[in-house]
Amino acid sequence: MHAYRAWDPARAEEIMGPLLALEGPLLPILHALQGEFGHVPEAAVPMVAARLNLTRAEVHGVVSFYHDFRAAPAGRHVLRVCQAEACQSMGATRQFADLLAQLGLDAGGTTPDGRLTVEPIYCLGLCATAPAALLDGEPHGRLDAGRLSELAAAA
Amino acid sequence: MKVFVPRDAAAIAVGAERVAQALSRVAAEKGIDLTLVRTSSRGLFWLEPLVEVETPQGRIGYGPATVADAEGILDGGAAAIALGLVEEIPFLKRQNRLTFARAGITDPLSLADYRAHGGYKGLERALSLGGAGTVDEVKRSGLRGRGGAGFPTGIKWDTVARAASPRKYIVCNADEGDSGTFADRMVMEGDPFLLIEGMTIAGAATGATKGFVYIRSEYPHGIAAMEQAIATARQERLLGADILGSGVSFDLEVRVGAGAYVCGEETALLESIEGKRGQVRAKPPIPALRGLFGQPTMINNTLSFAAIPFILAEGAQAYADFGMGRSRGTMPVQIAGNVKHGGLFETGFGITLGELVEDIGGGTATGRPLRAVQAGGPLGAYFPPSLFGTPYDYEAFTAAGGLVGHGGLVLFDDTVDMARMARFAMEFCALESCGKCTPCRIGSTRGTEVIDRIIADRDRAANITVLRDLCETLKFGSLCALGGFTPYPVMSALTYFPEDFGATPLPLAAE
Repeated sequence: MHAYRAWDPARAEEIMGPLLALEGPLLPILHALQGEFGHVPEAAVPMVAARLNLTRAEVHGVVSFYHDFRAAPAGRHVLRVCQAEACQSMGATRQFADLLAQLGLDAGGTTPDGRLTVEPIYCLGLCATAPAALLDGEPHGRLDAGRLSELAAAA
Repeated sequence: MKVFVPRDAAAIAVGAERVAQALSRVAAEKGIDLTLVRTSSRGLFWLEPLVEVETPQGRIGYGPATVADAEGILDGGAAAIALGLVEEIPFLKRQNRLTFARAGITDPLSLADYRAHGGYKGLERALSLGGAGTVDEVKRSGLRGRGGAGFPTGIKWDTVARAASPRKYIVCNADEGDSGTFADRMVMEGDPFLLIEGMTIAGAATGATKGFVYIRSEYPHGIAAMEQAIATARQERLLGADILGSGVSFDLEVRVGAGAYVCGEETALLESIEGKRGQVRAKPPIPALRGLFGQPTMINNTLSFAAIPFILAEGAQAYADFGMGRSRGTMPVQIAGNVKHGGLFETGFGITLGELVEDIGGGTATGRPLRAVQAGGPLGAYFPPSLFGTPYDYEAFTAAGGLVGHGGLVLFDDTVDMARMARFAMEFCALESCGKCTPCRIGSTRGTEVIDRIIADRDRAANITVLRDLCETLKFGSLCALGGFTPYPVMSALTYFPEDFGATPLPLAAE
C-alpha cells in the first residue's frame, strides 16, 4: 500500500532533476512521477515536455501508449489478476469475472471507498503456479475462487 | 544445520516467505543452530515451497512445504512431504542444466557464491580470446536467439563487432511477456550475475561500452535483484572501467517497461528505451547496424545472453554437443498452465513434445485428459495430441505450423473451448497492437468480431472463410510478429479443433 502525495509541481521538478541526465529519460521520469503521485497528472505533461524539449503531444502520446501509466490514482490497494493463457487454463477467467461481480466492479474499477482497484494483467511469469495475482506488488499463486476473494478482502 | 528456501517469486507466491519465517521461529524455540540460505528456485514449481536440508549425502528436499511442516523438517520428520535427495528427483535428474546450472543451489545475490560455482570463468576466457575469438566461439556454438526468432546469435554479434562506430550498445530483451514463460524471470531473480556476465562478454566482444536490461514492470522481484546485482558488480569492478584489468569498459543500466506486450519486439523495445511509444520500426535498417539512438546495437534475449558464459567457459563444442540438426545446445523449456509437474526443464533440442508434456509434465493438474498445448506464448500454435510426436526443434516446429518461441508450453485439459482461445488471441492482439500497421491494428478487432459471429453461429461457413482470409492478411501484411503470428493460435485452433467452431467438421488445411 502506498500513500501518494498530492500533485506538487515543485516536487515534480525535484524528481525529474537527477533523471534528466539519463539516456532516454522519459520512461524513468514517468515511472518516478507515478511512484510519487500515484498517477501521471495532466499538469505534469507540459512540464516534462518543456524539460525534455518535446512537444506536449509527444509526451501525451507516450503516457497514453503504455498500460501502466494512470490518468488518476488507483485505490489504496491494487490487485492485479493474471488473465493470460496459462492462468486461463486453470480457471482464471471465471474467477476474475466472479470476483468483479462480487465487488460490483468492472475490470480496472475501484471500490467506492477507494480501498481496492482490481485489474487484469497479462502474465506475471508465475505460469507453473497458476492462477496467479499480484497484490500491491506481492505475488500469489495457486489461487482458487476462495483464496482470490480472501486476497481482495484482506487488502 | 543448513537449510535452503527459495526466494523466487513463484515460491513466494505459494508461501515460501511464511515457511522461511516458521523455520527460523521453530529453530529459535528449539535452540537449533540454523543457517537459513535463501536460494533461487530449482524450477520444480509443483513442489514449491521446496525446502532443502544439507546432509553429508547431499541436499534432502521437502515439498510442497507449509508453515505446519517447519517442525518436522527440522526434526528430520515431515515424512509426508519428504522427497529424498533433490538431485535424484527424476524431473531434475533428466535435465541437462547448462544455463540453469546454479538454479536452486546458490544465493542469487552472492557474488562469492556465483564465483564458487563457475561464475566469471566465461568472461576471463573471453578476455583472453579477444573480440574476434569470442565472436567465433559464439558462432561455433550454434546458439540461436532464444527470444523466439531463432536467428543465429554469432552472426548478430559479428555484425555489431564489425560495425564502425564510436558508440555501440548491448541491449537485453527481458520483456518476457509470453504466457507460459518464466525462464528470463528465473535468470534475473535467481542468477543475475549470469546475465551480467553474458552481457559483459558481449560488450567486450563487440566494443560496446553500455548495456541496458529492459525488464517488464510485471517482474518487480526481477528488477530488484538485477539492480542489486549490478550495484554489487560495479562495486567489485566487474562493471565499469577496466574490467578485470583488461582495459575493457562496460556498464549496465536497468530500464523498466510499462505494461506494453509489444515492447518485447526488439525495435519497439528500442523505441521504448529511447522514451517513445513502443512502436515497431520497419526493418531494414537492422538494429545491429542502426539500433538504439541510431547506433549499432546488439539486442538479444535474456536466455541468449545467459547461455554465453557456459559457451565461453566450457567451449563452443561442449554446448553444440547438445541438440539436433540446426538447433544446437539446450533449451530451457517451461512447462506451465494446467500441468501436474510444472516447471523449468532444460534439455537438448530433439526431445518430443509428447515426452515434455505427458512424460515429464505428467499430464494435467486436474487429472482430466490433455486436449491442447500452446507452444511459444500467445503467438504460438495450439498443438493437438496427434502432433505430440513433433521433436522440440526450431525447424520441426515450423514444419508442424508452430513455433518454439521463447520455450513456453501451456497445457489445457478437455474443458477448454478452443473457439474462445482463438478469440482471446485476436482480442489480445487488438489490446496490445502498437497501431503502426493496419492489418494488426484493424485486423485484430475485426478478427474478434468474426470469431464472435462464428461462435454465435451467424453465417458460420462464410465467416470461417473470412477468418481464414483475415489471418492470411495478418500473417503476410504485418510489420512484426504480433500481427504476423497471431494467426498461429487462431488457425491452429480452427484447424485442429473444428468441433469447437461449429458442428460441421472442417477439412484439415495446411497452415
